[in-house]
Amino acid sequence: MPNSTADHNSSTGNKVAFNPSMTEITGATILLENVTKSYGAKKAAVNQLTLEIPAGKTVMFVGPSGCGKTTTLKMINRLIEPTSGRIVINGEDVTTMNGDELRRRIGYVIQAGGLLPHLTVGANVGLVPKMLKWDKQRIADRTDELLELVSLDPEIYRDRYPKELSGGQQQRVGVARALAADPPVLLMDEPFGAVDPITRQRLQEELIHVQAELHKTIVFVTHDFDEAVKLGDWIVIFNEGGKIEQYGTPEQILAHPANEFVEDFIGSGAGLKQLGLTRVRDVDIRQAPAFTVGEDAATAVAHMNEAGVLRAIVLDSRDRPIGWVTRRQLERMTTVGAAHARQFPVVSDSATLDDALDTMLVAGSSDAAVTGSRGAYQGIITVQTVIKAIDHISADPEEVSTPVGHNTGAIPKLATGENGVISYAMDEEETATEVENDSAPWAEHSDPAETHRGSERA
Amino acid sequence: MGSYLSDRWPQILSASWQHFSLVAQCLLLATVIAIFIAALCYRSKTLSGVANSVSAVGLTIPSFALLGLMIAPLGFGVAPAVVVLTFYCLLPILRNALVGLAGVDRSLIEAARGIGMSSMETFFKVELPMAWPVILAGMRVSAQMTMGVAAISAYVLGPGLGSFIFSGLSRLGGANSFESVVTAVVAVVVIALILDGLLLLLGRLTISRGIRA
Ligand SMILES: Nc1ncnc2c1ncn2[C@@H]1O[C@H](COP(=O)(O)OP(=O)(O)OP(=O)(O)O)[C@@H](O)[C@H]1O
Ligand SMILES: [Mg+2]
Repeated sequence: MPNSTADHNSSTGNKVAFNPSMTEITGATILLENVTKSYGAKKAAVNQLTLEIPAGKTVMFVGPSGCGKTTTLKMINRLIEPTSGRIVINGEDVTTMNGDELRRRIGYVIQAGGLLPHLTVGANVGLVPKMLKWDKQRIADRTDELLELVSLDPEIYRDRYPKELSGGQQQRVGVARALAADPPVLLMDEPFGAVDPITRQRLQEELIHVQAELHKTIVFVTHDFDEAVKLGDWIVIFNEGGKIEQYGTPEQILAHPANEFVEDFIGSGAGLKQLGLTRVRDVDIRQAPAFTVGEDAATAVAHMNEAGVLRAIVLDSRDRPIGWVTRRQLERMTTVGAAHARQFPVVSDSATLDDALDTMLVAGSSDAAVTGSRGAYQGIITVQTVIKAIDHISADPEEVSTPVGHNTGAIPKLATGENGVISYAMDEEETATEVENDSAPWAEHSDPAETHRGSERA
Repeated sequence: MGSYLSDRWPQILSASWQHFSLVAQCLLLATVIAIFIAALCYRSKTLSGVANSVSAVGLTIPSFALLGLMIAPLGFGVAPAVVVLTFYCLLPILRNALVGLAGVDRSLIEAARGIGMSSMETFFKVELPMAWPVILAGMRVSAQMTMGVAAISAYVLGPGLGSFIFSGLSRLGGANSFESVVTAVVAVVVIALILDGLLLLLGRLTISRGIRA
């Protein structure tokens, strides 16, 4: 059947990817080469920025208000035209191509979703495929698939209008719309800035799950350093004029802030912030008996006796936890039901320990159910597990080579690697010069190699 | 009155239809022109200001005078009536179109551009649909206003119910003169209500449920 979803994905991948030889990695490498944007005669909003964004990674832009985060982001899809410099995506210079065509190949999510209020949710999601002239059936299939991906039931939400959705749901639709044509790059400008903290936490976790499935290149602007730590593979800390103060992994930045500016920006409690680096899935998740609604209650009770437990988790037909029931309650049922189930906190396996602890404390519970992709039950986490994990947090980030990022005006050399994949590499010597110029990440440290190893142990 | 009506029923009906059709067509033409002008002006504060002033001044010109002035270049009949009616229709619609288009949330336009809509697509698929309820409100004002102007167009021998009024008034006191005027006035009111109802219906059909109040 030519219309099957699998066919769609592969053909979209080919059509939309910037480099057809890279169909496995859905993301694309982005390189900003010595990019400057000045509005009028004033000091440039972004000055001589060179920044490499690795394919398939999530790179977070943080920095004080007005430092040029949005300007930099919008120059990638040329909503803002750079005054000078080049933008290269997967080896292709996109600085001079048709801006509208470029933007159709790049997902874009803004605060509150930016949904068109006069179109239904389905029509909003299908906007880009429609512009790309997909046929109707394919657009409809893709729309449903994406709504499922962002945990919205297509049957319920497809024909609703944006005003009939909550803020968090609108934001999810915004993400679905950005992903519709399977773009290799996703640009997000403070997407979760307008929702309440609990919804924000859920949306962040969903984004982590989506990204684990799709491996896009995501550039994400945020005000919230904790959000950057939670979502980012890499974090760029900007100062006025788009000046890079530090470019590193969350671990590196927390363990070794490059300078005073970064330290101030991270703020106090950097130690506790490291709780934000460990995810629930990385710690010991305990198994607890769980039964699906409609299962035979007697069998369930037998299982519980065998395991010697008094409580069990009730799951809905899609494996999502509904609540606790006690063995007593089960003994009075013929089939497992959710009618008397007690609500209890639920955390996603991609939640940080920080968030998990928060959730349990707020709910006044010493444990919480852990859910994985699309809300499926995984096990339970307890407060004790979290406390044990604090002891084990390593202050010793792994050695990783940082992508290029500076404001010196030097342009990295293009290196064509195997199978035609273009990668960007700085010469050894050049890297060294950058550091002496006090402009590369780790500029505060005299020996970059040592910093990379991050070998000081607490 | 009864015999007057039954004797002239066919003429009354046909004049009413002409009246209705004249206003409706001028309204349509004016809407297209107004949207076109608004599209050219709304992005510039100066141009919007000029367009607004012109429409404010335009509404103060007495329709009777304007009709008379049109006789010289256009002669008598349908042509001057259409030009003058379209002119009056244009003004409220243009004002509302400017207000409606300027009121579209900037972040929506940016979202549309951000997902790759050209500025043309953004105008027709986002800005115009969003401004449409306001434009339609302008059309309703125009329709009501020009119903009366259309009656005056009988002065230049234009089509419609105006001829009943003019001929009635010119022989006031004569046989059936009063009936003639009253019939025409009532007919104008009735078709004004019908047109307004149709515009309301048009709104129901064309304004997205997502932006209806
Ligand atoms: N259209 C514009 N015209 C003139 N100056 C502008 C324009 N847009 C942005 N700027 C200036 O450019 C600088 C960078 O703005 P930008 O929007 O990129 O900041 P930001 O880092 O996204 O800030 P925030 O965190 O507040 O969103 C600011 O000093 C701003 O005043
Ligand atoms: Mg911003």
